Amino acid sequence: MIVKGHESVLVQGITGTQATFWSERMKEYGTRVIGGVNPKKAGTQHLGMPVWGTALDAAKDQDAAIDCSCVIVPPPGVKSSVLDALEAGIKKIVILTEHIPVHDVMYFLAAAREAGASVIGPNTAGIVTPGECFVGFMPAFNERVFKPGSVGIISRSGSLGTLVCLDMVQAGLGISAFIGIGGDPVIGTTTRDALQCLDEDARTQGVALIGEIGGGMEEEAAQYAKTMSKPIVSFMAGAASPPGKKMGHAGAIVMGDKGSYAGKKKALEAAGVTVLPTPSMLPGALKERLSV
Amino acid sequence: MNFEEHAAKPLLKAVGIPVPDGGLARSGDEAAALAERLGPCVVKAQVPTGKRGKAGGIALAASGEEARGEAERILALEIAGFPVNSVLVESQVPIAKEFYAAVLNDSDTKGPLLLFSAEGGMDIEEIAEKHPDALVRLPVDIRRGLEADALGSAIPDIDGVERAALLDTLTKLYRAYLENDAELMEINPLVATEDGAVIALDCKFALDDSAIRRHEELAETGAPEKLTELEQRGQDIGFKYIELEGNVGVLSNGAGLTMTTMDAISHYGGEPANFLEIGGAAFTLGKQALEVVLGNPRVKSLLINFCGAIARTDVMTGGVLEAWDEVNPRVPVFWSISGTGEDEARAMLKKKLGVEPFPTMDEAVKAAVEAVR
Repeated sequence: MIVKGHESVLVQGITGTQATFWSERMKEYGTRVIGGVNPKKAGTQHLGMPVWGTALDAAKDQDAAIDCSCVIVPPPGVKSSVLDALEAGIKKIVILTEHIPVHDVMYFLAAAREAGASVIGPNTAGIVTPGECFVGFMPAFNERVFKPGSVGIISRSGSLGTLVCLDMVQAGLGISAFIGIGGDPVIGTTTRDALQCLDEDARTQGVALIGEIGGGMEEEAAQYAKTMSKPIVSFMAGAASPPGKKMGHAGAIVMGDKGSYAGKKKALEAAGVTVLPTPSMLPGALKERLSV
Repeated sequence: MNFEEHAAKPLLKAVGIPVPDGGLARSGDEAAALAERLGPCVVKAQVPTGKRGKAGGIALAASGEEARGEAERILALEIAGFPVNSVLVESQVPIAKEFYAAVLNDSDTKGPLLLFSAEGGMDIEEIAEKHPDALVRLPVDIRRGLEADALGSAIPDIDGVERAALLDTLTKLYRAYLENDAELMEINPLVATEDGAVIALDCKFALDDSAIRRHEELAETGAPEKLTELEQRGQDIGFKYIELEGNVGVLSNGAGLTMTTMDAISHYGGEPANFLEIGGAAFTLGKQALEVVLGNPRVKSLLINFCGAIARTDVMTGGVLEAWDEVNPRVPVFWSISGTGEDEARAMLKKKLGVEPFPTMDEAVKAAVEAVR
């Protein structure tokens, strides 16, 4: 779930307005974007790069396997785009699109699991390896927000994730990797998966886990956190949100006690995670735990 | 999107699951007429929420006159904030055994999950607590569907119930879930009658909001959300606005950041007046967002907190500033801006209003809370 500068990236849906803007930013920053996919514009050039009809066609044109796909197509087309990427042998698929029917998501996640591919998202803002490259909608190029360093960050939300990166950098810390896992109720890479990835990453020395009310992912991640020696600090959004209401992220809905702020806080604290009431307190707490 | 029982049951009927004979009534007279035809019947409040029985919203009636009386009583109720506008009048069924059955989108297994319990007649939370061992949980690979072998080994034999009929009903329930892009398709109770038939006495259906575009006709029969006037305006414009009890207005982007802004307001001793986010595709709606947030007369100070990833802070700030003169805010406004487009956004703010955003979100929040003290 960490993207490296040498990895090739295909943008499915590259000709759209948002995709064009962000593909340019990715390329400028150092991401090895090799081109994109749009069945209606196969054979043309976009941003000086080739456009293929399918990911499979793109793969046939390469000498080596394509490492990563970034999916920015409208919701009805995502399922077939992901199946196409899997058929092309791509093992890392970052899905930025939101509002994809959940039955479609479950379908391509099952297919990805069988193909041994990782899916990040849907509805993620992307992944960033500061100083190297990024895939998604993140302001990696903004030096107030992202600087290379040793803090790994996991977030369901792009906007809140950006704020936390900014706070870390302003406090003099740097970032080893940002993993946006997405705000949907059913997603490929869970908080626990991302935590394990940062645990195994040599550059990461401490982790900021940005959670959210709803679901059981933070509770599950807490089980893994118990086995880690790297310090973890956490902020979870939604303590002041009324129960039973969808707060924009479909995942952020609390029914009864399941997914409540109190339950998540308790599980994380029992695993040795420092849980804080506002995100601005994360850098100070992490510095203390890292003794820097 | 939630559906009331009378709108959900036809989906079971369409896949061949029997439901009791009945009809919808909006008055005592209509209920009496249905009861005359059906004989001994049940009168059930139609509201998109559970626990109707405990709220007095379900009653038995032996005659048309009794049905009229019960219907009139129930139609005057409000259950969990929903006024009862109609009742479902159905034939009584001789119940031998009650079960719980549902298929739902499960975030843990990342696929459909079939739930079944031979202990029915109470809600799922109660079943999970009182009879955890009796609750069957069968994850399904949505590409393959519900497989007969897996279902057969998961469902226990139950005395006095025809096994084939039960398995057939569960298979059809899965079909109803799949064909209607359900988040949840639940039958509680599913009953076996004394003569061995399996019948759905209730049905709860939630349609995946992201799949509404492929079920437009069906969505028209869904229960409308309970929205305030301003919430309705937000929905019509295309952003999520939720009215709350406090007096510090919030205009932010991204669900996570907006919830966090509300949390920070509470943390520093204030109370948020609303949730309003214009992230994602809605980041061009700054103008309309300012109008809606200040449309709430309880708002005594306004916190504008933008942190841009995909949502460009210059576009959002530009939208808000464009509406400024027209809306003419009469409450103090506190800004925090960072992320994509922040330099342009800061310059616009300086030029138009002569102010700088606060250096951090926390400082802006503290000032906004202080202003209403």
